[in-house]
Amino acid sequence: MLTKRIIPCLDIKNGRTVKGVNFVDLRDAGDPVELAEIYANNGADELVFLDITATEQRRKTLVELVLHVAEKVNIPFTVGGGISSVEDVEILLNSGADKVSINSSAVKNPKLINDLAARFGSQCIVVAIDAKQIDKEWIVHLVGGKVPTEIRLFDWAKEVEQRGAGEILFTSMDHDGTKNGFANEALAYLSELVNIPIIASGGAGNMQHFTDTFIEGKADAALAASVFHFKEIEIIDLKNELKKNNIPVRL
Amino acid sequence: MKIVIINYGAGNIQSIKFAIQRLGYEAVLSDNSEVIKSADKVIFPGVGEASSAMAKLKSTGLDKLIPTLKQPVLGICLGMQLMCNYCEEGNTQGLEIFDVNVIKFDTSEKVPQIGWNQIENLNSKLFKGINEKEYMYLVHSFYVPLNNEAIAITDYGIKYASALQKDNFYGVQFHPEKSSKAGEQILKNFLEL
Repeated sequence: MLTKRIIPCLDIKNGRTVKGVNFVDLRDAGDPVELAEIYANNGADELVFLDITATEQRRKTLVELVLHVAEKVNIPFTVGGGISSVEDVEILLNSGADKVSINSSAVKNPKLINDLAARFGSQCIVVAIDAKQIDKEWIVHLVGGKVPTEIRLFDWAKEVEQRGAGEILFTSMDHDGTKNGFANEALAYLSELVNIPIIASGGAGNMQHFTDTFIEGKADAALAASVFHFKEIEIIDLKNELKKNNIPVRL
Repeated sequence: MKIVIINYGAGNIQSIKFAIQRLGYEAVLSDNSEVIKSADKVIFPGVGEASSAMAKLKSTGLDKLIPTLKQPVLGICLGMQLMCNYCEEGNTQGLEIFDVNVIKFDTSEKVPQIGWNQIENLNSKLFKGINEKEYMYLVHSFYVPLNNEAIAITDYGIKYASALQKDNFYGVQFHPEKSSKAGEQILKNFLEL
């Protein structure tokens, strides 16, 4: 039986992890490769690296990071952040990334999804969607949720599926950072609407939230950052808890 | 030992090369027939779309070479699918090593299947030391139905062949290079056949 996936997300700037990472056993708390190895050994099913570097060396440092991660880590990983062309994707996949995640660039140029799927296959194209509710309507936002568009979440999700996305990473900006649980109502609707896997993101605060998003939210995978980085939740404990609730997990 | 990964521009071969390195071996990437023929072990990777991958193989004549190889050959993911008779994806004629056709998932489950699923009914030296129902990482929309050459079975709404073997040819639908320690053990088993 296919299992539900637990995915820690690492924010990267200039090749280093950002945000506090509270791992006492890390020799170098800013080293994403070391952190990735620990997560892989502790039961993470996949990893996401989100690059927020804004300098001109961005691509070079990101490619170096991908090479280092691929060298050391024996689980799949996705790279996102600032990816806007077929060339960007080609160099990342050739360096060892399993999937890439695109967000704003897909909204600005939806045909990019078709081009990437045709060239590399849908299986490695994740479309990340940030949305929040405005007057009870879920609206797609850009630039980390700061800039609203006029696109409705559910229309966009259907469109990215039709254009060839292999997965949707949905972050609720209303839930992100709150630690009050995932946007399960919207997630469940999304999961019924499209026939590709949905990764839930935004709002993880405790283990019950993961159970809820897999059952009520019908999510295929759940992504979180701080609860893992600050060791508020150990992945192995989380998976045991999910198993107790009859949710299929890899243990 | 000389390990060659067939490099025909289809897929994430860097990850396989690194996984082999982690096992203490070195692999070379090549599309040269002589280099491939002289290898002790050949790995035939593949990610992406079947017809374009087959077109790339044909452009270098590797479609003729691969079925004639005598050393152990391991097809991974799309590599395994291309070793079958026919792939529904892109209406693609295969290398006709495995006597079965590859077809699209038609179940109530989501397609592609992405994630960790179990392999069972393990029946090959490839799986030495691997427990029944071990988890492997899979990403695919097309699958190989159960058949006589199946050496592992996976259930995704339907039971299908997630690994195949015929003589010196092995194929796995999952990604051993991305399947944690158990995946690395399968790669090691192949290299030590």
